[in-house]
Amino acid sequence: MEQPTSPTDLLPPAQIYPLGDAAVVLQLGDTISEATHRTLQALGHSLDHATFPGLREYVPAFTTLTVYYDPWVVSQRGQHDPNQVVAEWLFSLLHNLPTASASEPQPVVEIPVCYGGRYGPDLALVAEHTGLAPAEVIRLHTEPEYLVYMIGFAPGFPYLGGMPEQLSTPRKAHPRPLVPAGSVGIAGGQTGVYSLPTPGGWQLIGRTPLRLFTPEGASPSLLRAGQRLRFVAITEDTYEHLLTHEQ
Amino acid sequence: MSSSILRPGLLTTIQDAGRFGYQQAGVIVSGPMDPWALRLANLLVGNPPNAAGLEITLLGPTIRFEADHLICLSGADLSATLDGQQLPLNRPVAVQQGSTLAFGAARMGCRTYLAFSGGLTVPAVLGSQSTYLRAQLGGLEGRALRAGNVLPAAGPTPAGKRLHQQLLGQYPGQNWVAARWYPAVEPAFASGGNAITIRAIRGPEYELFTPASQQNFWREEFLVTPHSDRMGYRLAGPGLDRRTEREILSSAVTFGTVQVPASGEPIVLMADHQTTGGYPRIGQVISADFSQLAQVPPGGRLRFQEVSLSEAHYWSLRQEKQLQQLQRALALRYYQ
Repeated sequence: MEQPTSPTDLLPPAQIYPLGDAAVVLQLGDTISEATHRTLQALGHSLDHATFPGLREYVPAFTTLTVYYDPWVVSQRGQHDPNQVVAEWLFSLLHNLPTASASEPQPVVEIPVCYGGRYGPDLALVAEHTGLAPAEVIRLHTEPEYLVYMIGFAPGFPYLGGMPEQLSTPRKAHPRPLVPAGSVGIAGGQTGVYSLPTPGGWQLIGRTPLRLFTPEGASPSLLRAGQRLRFVAITEDTYEHLLTHEQ
Repeated sequence: MSSSILRPGLLTTIQDAGRFGYQQAGVIVSGPMDPWALRLANLLVGNPPNAAGLEITLLGPTIRFEADHLICLSGADLSATLDGQQLPLNRPVAVQQGSTLAFGAARMGCRTYLAFSGGLTVPAVLGSQSTYLRAQLGGLEGRALRAGNVLPAAGPTPAGKRLHQQLLGQYPGQNWVAARWYPAVEPAFASGGNAITIRAIRGPEYELFTPASQQNFWREEFLVTPHSDRMGYRLAGPGLDRRTEREILSSAVTFGTVQVPASGEPIVLMADHQTTGGYPRIGQVISADFSQLAQVPPGGRLRFQEVSLSEAHYWSLRQEKQLQQLQRALALRYYQ
C-alpha cells in the first residue's frame, strides 16, 4: 500500500507567477477543494511564523495565495531578484509544511439568521424557484457546516462552500441599489452574507444581527478563511434583541 | 493648528500611504492614487513618507489656514493660488495664519497632494488614516471633505518651524514664501494631448486572450471613460476577447491590475480596488508608472507598453532610490 509522504503529494503541482512587481502568486490547480484549501491555510500559517523582511501581507483565495512584498527591501536595495527571492521562499515553505496534524476541531461559528419576512424578501422566490416549501429552504440552509474558503469582495465578506445544491437560485436580473449589511443571500450555487451596505443582486433569504465587519476592533472581520460556520434560524424578536445587544 | 475648508472641491480626501495588512479580511488598501506625489510632498516638508495629507481631484478646494503652516503641493498642476498669487509645485512653502489656498483649472494631470509639516492628525483606523469611502472609515469621518470642515493638524515639526521662520524672515511682510530650491527629480508624468504611455507586464491570464486581442492590448489606444474613479479606470477601446469562456476563480488583485470583464472593455484597478476579483487579468501596470496612470484624467487616452518583470523592478527600484536620496539630502540640509 502506498503511503503519502507529504501532505502536498496528492495536490496539483504548485505554480508560482508574479502579479506585477510587488506580489507573487502561488497557485495549486484550478479546482475548489478542501485539500487545496487546507494546504493554502497551512502555507499562510507558515508565513505567519516564518516571515521575511519586506513581506507586506498575504491574501488566500480558493486556489491561490498571493504574497505582497516591498521590492526595495526584499531585493536588499537591488542586489537580488525580489520575485525569485519570494518565490523560492514560498516553495521552501510549501515543501516543508508540517504534516497535517490531527487538526484540532475548530469551534463552529454560529450565525443567527432571521429568515423570510422583511429581512428575507426573496425567501418566497427561492422557494418557488427550487420547488421547496419556505420552511424546507430554511431547514436545508441551516443544515450544513459551511467552510469559509476566503474573504473578499468587501471587508469581512465570506465566500462559503457547502450549500446544498437544491437551493441554487440565479441572481436577480436587476440588482438592488442597496442591500443592508447582514443580509444573507443566494447567488447561483453560492451563499453568503453582505458585510457592508452595497448594491447587490443576490436573492435575500434572511438577515443576521451580527456585524461581520468591525473596523474599530483589532480583528476587523468576524470570520477568517478556514473557519466553519452554521446558520441558525431565529425569530424576529430574537433578531431585534440581538441587534440592540450587538450595537 | 487647524485649517478650515471653505469649499470642498470635487473630491478631496485625507490619504496616507495606505492601509496595509488587512487585505485578507477584505479591507482594501486605499491610500493615494499617485503614491509618488504624496510621498514627494511629504518629504519636502520633512514628514515621514506615510504621513497623511490631502488628495485633491480636478477641482480643488478652498482652504483657509487658521495657524502658521509649512506646506507643499505635489502632483497635478491645478492652478493653485495662495492669497490670489500663483503657488509653485514641489517646494516647501511657509504660510501665515489667515492665508487662503484656492485652485483653478486643471492644467496638467488631475490629482495633486497637499502635505502639512507634522501631518494631519485624524485618528488612525486599522493602522491608517486613509479615507475608505465605501466603508466610511478613516480620514475625516470616513468621507470626502465638506464645506465647514476643520482639518486637524499637528502643526510644523521643530525642523519645519525653523524653515518656516527662515523663509518668512527673508521677506518680512509677506503672507507666504516658497523656498527657492526644488528637488531634481524627473517629473513623474508627461503632459500634452497625446496618449500617455503606461508600462505593464503580462497578467496571469494573458494567454487566455486571443492573439488579436493580445496584439490590440499593446498596440491600440484606450480612452479613460468618465466611469472612472478611485476604484478603477474603465477603459474604452478595441474589445479584448478570450479564447474560452472558462470561468476564473476569484483571486487576489492589486493596484494596476488590468482585468477584462465579459464586455471585453478593460478596467485598470486603482487605489480603492477590491482585494479579490474573478475577471481574467491581461496585464499589470508596473508600480513605477502608477503616478503617470493616476494623472490621466477621465477623457484622457493611454496606451500600454510591454516590459519584462526585471525591467519593472529596475524602474521601481530606481524610483525608490531617487526618493531615498532626496530624503537624505533634505534631512542633511533642512530637517535634522
